[in-house]
Amino acid sequence: MQPALAPIPAAEERLSAALAARRGTRSSRTILLILPALLFLGLFFAYPMIDIVMRSLSGAGGFSLAHYGRLVAHPIYFRVFQITFEIALTVTIVTLLFGYPLAYVLVHCGRLAAGAIWACILLSLFTNILVRTYAWMILLAPDGVINQLLGAVGLGHQKLLFNRFAVLVGMTYALLPYMVLTLYSVMRGIDGTLLQAARNLGAGGGRAFWHVFLPLSLPGVVGGSLLVFILAVGYFITPRLLGGAGDQMIAMVIEEQVELGMDWGFASALAILLLLLTLAGFLLYSRFVGLKSLFESKL
Amino acid sequence: MRAGAEVATGAAWRRLALNALTAFTLLFLLAPIVVVILLSFSSGRYLQFPPPGFSLQWYERFFNDPQWMTSLWLSLRVSGMCTLFSLVLGVLASIVLVRERFPAKTAAYVLILAPLIVPGIIIAIAVFFLFARLDMIGSPIAMALGQTVLTLPLVVVIVSATLQGFDQRLEQAAIILGASPLRAFFHVTLPIISPGVISGALFAFLSSFDELLVALLLASPTTMTLPVRIWTSVTMQIDPTITAVSSLLIAFAVAVLSTAGILRRGRG
Repeated sequence: MQPALAPIPAAEERLSAALAARRGTRSSRTILLILPALLFLGLFFAYPMIDIVMRSLSGAGGFSLAHYGRLVAHPIYFRVFQITFEIALTVTIVTLLFGYPLAYVLVHCGRLAAGAIWACILLSLFTNILVRTYAWMILLAPDGVINQLLGAVGLGHQKLLFNRFAVLVGMTYALLPYMVLTLYSVMRGIDGTLLQAARNLGAGGGRAFWHVFLPLSLPGVVGGSLLVFILAVGYFITPRLLGGAGDQMIAMVIEEQVELGMDWGFASALAILLLLLTLAGFLLYSRFVGLKSLFESKL
Repeated sequence: MRAGAEVATGAAWRRLALNALTAFTLLFLLAPIVVVILLSFSSGRYLQFPPPGFSLQWYERFFNDPQWMTSLWLSLRVSGMCTLFSLVLGVLASIVLVRERFPAKTAAYVLILAPLIVPGIIIAIAVFFLFARLDMIGSPIAMALGQTVLTLPLVVVIVSATLQGFDQRLEQAAIILGASPLRAFFHVTLPIISPGVISGALFAFLSSFDELLVALLLASPTTMTLPVRIWTSVTMQIDPTITAVSSLLIAFAVAVLSTAGILRRGRG
């Protein structure tokens, strides 16, 4: 049984304490509740990250830049970075070409159509990335669905799997939802009356789009492109399963070095470079779109 | 009048082109998932499309194969632990992040959300180096701890969003009426924010259940989670059993998404 009718002074005391806590004037013990999470991430995330930095900078006799030197000395690693950028850039452009019209339709269509489009986007986004990649292995196989269709229209059998084309298709598929989500969040905020005003002043639909809507949607274009590019640069599963010998990306080299127990210091140096690239990308992203929308789109 | 008609046909063509492009993009998004699901019910002996007939042979093979079952149970255990860890740590951290002001709050935010930004392969090797040092490769607990690094930020983002919409005066009222802060939390706050907590738990479980990289590097030949088992099967040979596993994973994701959607609607 709770003392429902507490003496009034006690209630007043509790009230003032509660209000003080709310204003943050009293340093509350509640703050301690964050410690478990911080300790956990310190031990299992921050410390291992520092460990990677240390490994990348250590050689036989203590401090050394040998691992980074190896990156510069061997043109094969330069080639890996080049391939990674080529793939990431192509995927960014293709997702933009398909994502922009889709986001545009999503903002302007009726509720029913929007619901159907959202269902497709979310279904693909939340399907296991391995499953999505495996699906493309089936579709692009030598005797797969797409080759059967090509054969039916007389285009013969094409080699569609284990090459750059397959990597681009698989990664475009995986990253398209991120592009659409970012574009949508910006397009949704564009004031429709501005377009109406342009049309009332005599602009046709196309002119209103090019001179009003497109410029206003540019933050979304920049943000979506940066996000897709950053995510693509760190990709591993899709290029590893769909690519051929010439599609070796940075993350694949890192995984290979660690998995096969070859050179953990060198893998660490590669990881640090990949991390710096990614952080630079997110810095630009936060300038253009803000990081808050990022964490929403990641869900 | 004529010019007007031309503009109108121009607009009609544009609309037609836009609709055609949208249809193509939606087909692109759906086709792989539909094909995998159809093939999982195929009576064929290999991956022929369209399937020659209906059969549950690949599901039977999945549920009767001890190796797949071992991986399924391991995955459920690892994801269960991971969800528990990230829920306890995440809900506590969210309360502080939403309600309290303290020095270095920004730093705390950065530390908690950073795993969302760092590429997955880097987190995987970081965790791998740590557990290799501790001689814990192949340990389910190590896998769960490693994946919690990835799921904890998700729980914090989801639960914080719910807590922000919570009227703190309700909790204060309970305290004024004589409840201890702990009691007020469990009897007033927790029930009200429970849709957010459940969503957080669902997404944490799903992400851990789907996670490959951490599990792959921490796996041993006897401890392979479901995604690791799929990975090794896919890289070795194309086994149609994977279509059945894939369809089950898709169904699971749909279930999680719909539940989270219903919870969100209930809240609004």
